[in-house]
Amino acid sequence: MAFTRREGVRALLWLSPWLVGIAIFFVYPLASTVYFSFYRYDLFTLEFIGLDNWRYAFSDPRLLQSGLNTLWLVVFMVPAQVLFALGVAQLLTKIKSGSGILRTLFYLPSLVPTVAGTVAFVYLLNPATGPVNQALSWIGITGPDWFGSAAWAKPSLTLLALWGAGNTVMIFLAALLDVPKHLYEAAAIDGAGAWRQFRNITLPVISPVLMFSAVTGVIYAVQYFTQAMIASRVASGATDSAGTSFTPGYPDGSLLTLPQHLFQTGFRDWSMGLACVYALILFAVSMVFTLVLLRQFSRAEATS
Amino acid sequence: MRRRRGLVWIAQHAIAIALSLMFLGPVVFIVLTALMTDEQALTSRLWPDQWNWGNFAEVIARSELLTWTANTFMYASLATIFMLASSIPAAYALSRFRFRGSKVAFLVVISAMMLPPQVVAVPIYLVWARLGLTDSLWPLILPMLFGDAFSIFLLRQFLITIPRDYTDAARVDGCSDLRILFTIILPMARPAIAAVALFSFFYCWNDYYGPLLYAGVDQEGWTLSLGLATFKAFHSVQWNLTMAATLLVTAPVIVVFLFAQKVFIEGVTLTGVKG
Repeated sequence: MAFTRREGVRALLWLSPWLVGIAIFFVYPLASTVYFSFYRYDLFTLEFIGLDNWRYAFSDPRLLQSGLNTLWLVVFMVPAQVLFALGVAQLLTKIKSGSGILRTLFYLPSLVPTVAGTVAFVYLLNPATGPVNQALSWIGITGPDWFGSAAWAKPSLTLLALWGAGNTVMIFLAALLDVPKHLYEAAAIDGAGAWRQFRNITLPVISPVLMFSAVTGVIYAVQYFTQAMIASRVASGATDSAGTSFTPGYPDGSLLTLPQHLFQTGFRDWSMGLACVYALILFAVSMVFTLVLLRQFSRAEATS
Repeated sequence: MRRRRGLVWIAQHAIAIALSLMFLGPVVFIVLTALMTDEQALTSRLWPDQWNWGNFAEVIARSELLTWTANTFMYASLATIFMLASSIPAAYALSRFRFRGSKVAFLVVISAMMLPPQVVAVPIYLVWARLGLTDSLWPLILPMLFGDAFSIFLLRQFLITIPRDYTDAARVDGCSDLRILFTIILPMARPAIAAVALFSFFYCWNDYYGPLLYAGVDQEGWTLSLGLATFKAFHSVQWNLTMAATLLVTAPVIVVFLFAQKVFIEGVTLTGVKG
């Protein structure tokens, strides 16, 4: 026990910079966010207003809209990305010749800087002269307005997410290649077809990896900011530098996500108290999914 | 039976080729557009009538691209160096020491990693404003002196795979923690350290939210992401220049990747580890 206590002191010493960091950048701001949520604050005047910010927040149609948009991303974009990545990874395990080149090819787009990739997609999908709609017109299809229409803006971002799914593909590929070969051989002898092998062997073995990537995918969807902001900005042709006004979410608020609404409220309209209310709502949402992940980790630690 | 296997083979390769086109297509069109003349970029002809290589020079001449590159490079490299200096000791402690609360500490790491940065943005912004450091990139660099949750998490996941026997033996021989870290742990953890360094560098290189919040309105202090985001607005209909700028921002990343491909793939695989 004395040994453990000595290790405890040493651990504390080694962890101290990080513990200070947690206090400054995690615990203090979280407490402070709760405090400011009861105040009106615009950098100059601080005024206690009780629950007014909270009351306003729950009657704010843009909060509801941004919440629903974030929900859309969680329900459609994340599963689409996971399923797509799983399919591509599964295909890569089957292909013998040229799989190295294919791997590089599928992985590279995920390295393209987020802003650059988004700007490029707005160009590729622009309704007037964009290559995608032209290619569609060759086969007699009139392409949609993509980033210009409220109905198609989020599906367009989903396409961008699939294009950048190379990271997840690599993770799944590693997991698939880790599945013991003899399991498949045994199943083949028992006469199990490809689908049954996938369902009864592959899926159970790689399910922790799938689960991990689904949960982190959801957490990133909750934080979704850059792609939506850039797509709105470039598609609408707005600038947001000194003094010019740009309201995120174009077209028709269809790309407004919770983090953008918070940013706009706090750092463009300088309603910092109200932004703190949005921050706490965002915190609650992300905490739900973080808890799912934490439970999974505790279980994994317990078994290892 | 053989016939059927042949059909499956054809189907698999057909899908693979279709997917390759899907992944590669956007890049091809971006390159083609970047080389068009201003007039042609407004039309629907996809193949450049004449190859306008001068577009790249024009982007550099007409924007602050070089300044933005220097700023981004400074931000990414300082943040990465600070991150390594602060995160390696924390990961070492979390993976090597048996102490009460080690499990809780690890759960805190995961929670911090998953916290959307916007949640705590207001109070942290106010602190930097009081210190007079807004309108600079320092609010993004200095926190890295206190450890980065994602890096600590990844390093810890790798370090726990190093058998305890190695370090225990060294400890019996009277080695200090510092010596164990430098002579045993660091050499063995080189792939993981390379991976977190690359990830951190790329995160900063691509970061848009952070600079948007802190870099201010003066273009001299911007990063590449900020500059590129407003590029289209200033060169309103010139998709060719916008695409040329996009390529210039992306090229360094791809070059680094081609040299350090192995580190990347190993690192990405590491992120998939589920404990």
